Amino acid sequence: MSELRDPTIEEFYRYCSERKLMAVRCIRCRTVMVPPRAICSNCRHSRVEWVELSQKGKLVTYTVVHVSPPQFKHMTPYAVGIVEMPEGVKIPSIIRTSRPEDLKIGMQLEADFSPRPQEGGWPNWPRYFFKETD
Amino acid sequence: MRGKPLATIISAGLSKFGRREGVYARELFAEAALSAFHRVGKLDPSKDIKAAFIGQMSEAYEHQAHTAPIAASWAGLFPAPAMRIENACASSGSALRCGIMAIMSGLYDIVLVGGVEKMTNQPTPEVTGILATASDYPFEQWNGMTFPGLFALMATAHMHEYGTTEEQMAAIAVKNHKNGALNPNAHMQKEVTMDEVLKSRLVSWPLKLYDCSLITDGASVVILTKPKLAKKLSDNYVHIIGTGQAQDTFCLHERESLTTVKAAKTAAQEAYKMADVRPKDINVAELHDCFTIAEIIGYEDLGFCRPGQGGKYIESGAPDLKGSMPVNTSGGLKSKGHPVGATGTAQIHELYLQLTDQADRRQVKDAEIGLAHNLGGSGATAVVHILKGS
Repeated sequence: MSELRDPTIEEFYRYCSERKLMAVRCIRCRTVMVPPRAICSNCRHSRVEWVELSQKGKLVTYTVVHVSPPQFKHMTPYAVGIVEMPEGVKIPSIIRTSRPEDLKIGMQLEADFSPRPQEGGWPNWPRYFFKETD
Repeated sequence: MRGKPLATIISAGLSKFGRREGVYARELFAEAALSAFHRVGKLDPSKDIKAAFIGQMSEAYEHQAHTAPIAASWAGLFPAPAMRIENACASSGSALRCGIMAIMSGLYDIVLVGGVEKMTNQPTPEVTGILATASDYPFEQWNGMTFPGLFALMATAHMHEYGTTEEQMAAIAVKNHKNGALNPNAHMQKEVTMDEVLKSRLVSWPLKLYDCSLITDGASVVILTKPKLAKKLSDNYVHIIGTGQAQDTFCLHERESLTTVKAAKTAAQEAYKMADVRPKDINVAELHDCFTIAEIIGYEDLGFCRPGQGGKYIESGAPDLKGSMPVNTSGGLKSKGHPVGATGTAQIHELYLQLTDQADRRQVKDAEIGLAHNLGGSGATAVVHILKGS
């Protein structure tokens, strides 16, 4: 990476606003991690670097949420799942689909992004999400 | 250390579990404490109990933090030091470990351990949101994950990997409600049929309403002492002979396997080794059935059956009240209810009754060794205790 950004959650979401799905990788054992962090979850080494992930991954499990907290009420029911990326890291995500009954473990999904919300306050993060591939 | 008592439970108490309108958490806690005090006439609680370790998950339900001194003082323990322990749904299981450590350190001779949660004054979507705070904010909650959602992700993976069925999950609910119907302290003292479970409304597919534990108000208390003091204080005491606690990754997605809770396996191994017992030596167990799939995975993690065989294990009838390994004789979180902070020591309360032959219609004949399995969050915390009757 040309640019040295701190391995923080805030930076992960800043990358999302640039339409990049990023993870950190331990420079010693090469473990790739989401959420990003400064200390490797595998070998405890304290130097990690940012790597850009592919925007396509494989669905490894999913559910359709019917009872949700108030902030998700407008989109309920909705699908969420865990997506495995070719770089060897898994990511939790909302899965935007009009046909949740067609979701299948092993299917390919692609990442997409929605802009940083306009309103202030914390957290002011854009969103990444996954959707069916075209 | 192997097989030796670490600390001894001389009494246990429970509040009535349920929708307790107009009753505050502190009042529930006092109710549980009084029921524990009534069992030990030789104890002068306010004088003899030197410290309290109290599990409670969230201050959001009652807009109240700093709850341990409140609960302790309402139970008549004043000015004894009181500590709140928060590890989500494993709060009072974790508090019990603190109590054991306090006794084993020699700092105190008698301590009280318990837990409480008052949940029903908030509507279900708010409770769903409050419970979700025990998952990761920026990656899980931010992505719409709920607790039923996280366990549903495990259920979907378990179904895919091992062929576990919705009927097998429903069988957990049927069994636990059958037991809960015999427990006068349970929230829902009602049997349910397989058909009712399968036709109940979706909460987070494949989990339906009757796959989920209840939103419940309740409190639980146990009184711990040094093993050598137990006989002087109580005729009915139970030794804690094993304790284990471990972490898994905080986020579910970071786990190598989504069909097992590694922390529960690690905690169980630690507790089994300390207690010098094997899974087959257990006579009665309380498992953390926050969702039916969690009990199925629990069977596997605790070594009651092989990995992937949890669904077949419930079908075998072994975990039934009259089976070879009765699980959740109290009704579990499913039927007794799941006042989050109270759950860990409520499990211990049931084992105390079982191992002192006081479980009435739920009594497992000649039960000598009991095990409690208490999970926090999606399994980032797991606590296992092994108890032995005297």
